[in-house]
Amino acid sequence: MRFATRLVPPLLVVAAVMFAAAPFVIDTAPYESSMGLIQRIFYFHVPVGIVMLVSGLVCGVASAVYLFRRSPVADYLAVAAAELSVVFGLIVLATGPLWARKAWGVWWDWDARLTSTVVMWMVFAAYLLLRRFGGPGSEVLSAAVGLFGMVLSPFVYWSVNFWRTLHPKTSVLPTLPSPMLGPMLFCLAAFFVLYVALLFLRARLASAQAALEQAYLSVED
Amino acid sequence: MKDVLRAAWLIAQKDLRVEARSRELIYTTIFFAMACVLIFAFAFVRDGRPIEHAPAGILWVAIVFSGTLALARAFERERQSETLRALLLAPSERAAVYLGKLFAVLILLAAVEALLVPIVGLLFQAPLLRAPWLLAGLLASGTIGFAAVGTLFAAMLVRAQSRDVLLPVVLYPLTVPVIIGGLQGTAFIFAAEPNFDMARLWLSMLVFFDAVFVTLALWTFAPVMTE
Repeated sequence: MRFATRLVPPLLVVAAVMFAAAPFVIDTAPYESSMGLIQRIFYFHVPVGIVMLVSGLVCGVASAVYLFRRSPVADYLAVAAAELSVVFGLIVLATGPLWARKAWGVWWDWDARLTSTVVMWMVFAAYLLLRRFGGPGSEVLSAAVGLFGMVLSPFVYWSVNFWRTLHPKTSVLPTLPSPMLGPMLFCLAAFFVLYVALLFLRARLASAQAALEQAYLSVED
Repeated sequence: MKDVLRAAWLIAQKDLRVEARSRELIYTTIFFAMACVLIFAFAFVRDGRPIEHAPAGILWVAIVFSGTLALARAFERERQSETLRALLLAPSERAAVYLGKLFAVLILLAAVEALLVPIVGLLFQAPLLRAPWLLAGLLASGTIGFAAVGTLFAAMLVRAQSRDVLLPVVLYPLTVPVIIGGLQGTAFIFAAEPNFDMARLWLSMLVFFDAVFVTLALWTFAPVMTE
């Protein structure tokens, strides 16, 4: 835990430098012929979406470890990952409609990917709600939600995909040429560095909160 | 294995006996489902006839809403009479407690559906007898999947604060696969041009989801219910 905390400042510096450079890197990519400028939101939207999924996975694995081993560090990581899933999910759900309004002409479409993203976002929001309002012992309960959320996510995606593909419609999925792939990977790396830094920072906060609560309890005793 | 099932059946019998004496859950759940159906009638009936695909949706939303109510109350009873600890102290596997509660909830929901389905059929002209076995299979497998996750989370939340609100908040996103499966399968049977192959496909997927949900719930029940 202490080693991870020490990593936070350098990681944040790296992320800040990368985000400062990101507009210039994105500028090297060619304009997409039909969508033009609006397509560039993808360089943030897609990496954030990937980080959200990774974060969900981290939360699920950490929840499972906490549930079966009762290791406090796993719990701190799980709550940090759940919170970051919700934050990154909000960014995905905000940048998506901005693009969709321009490309599809609507803010929202009950497309398979959109629907499963919103369902998974709700699972992690439920995790946080349960933790916040569940009262004592809620970390075990929310760990079960985290574990279920991770295991069920393929089924959610699968069933939603199946539900939508029964009513086929054209989807806009550009195949990525290499001048666009470079900036995309750069942004993915930047968001990932930021994610790891925030994850460690939030886990440290959770650990400090737990230590404080423990101190209060021992004073009362 | 045999012992676990026997203990589970004893717990289910206990719950059903308590319910048979008070009939609190069955009456309130059925009337709640009816109230849902009534509200849907105002939303989804145009010129005296339900709009297309509405009956399947009305049926499943009523099942899910009333199922949530029944799940929450099934464990509330243990809390009120402070018998949850006694139940957990019973000299059998934790899995037996989960399975017993699940059996009892399923039997209760089956009784509710036995009334609710004909009522929706009558009020919204849903062709219930077009493929009765397929419909029964979809209802059974959908309810099992929903109740499998629901029983686990209702049991967990018994000791949590604001459990009444938290149960649906947690339950609905997690049970999306079974809700989609049941709804779509039923909609294919009720459609003006029914597609039984698709309904059968959803039924097989629901059976698969049930296996995953029950396994996962059995696996997590013991570590979650330790004090």
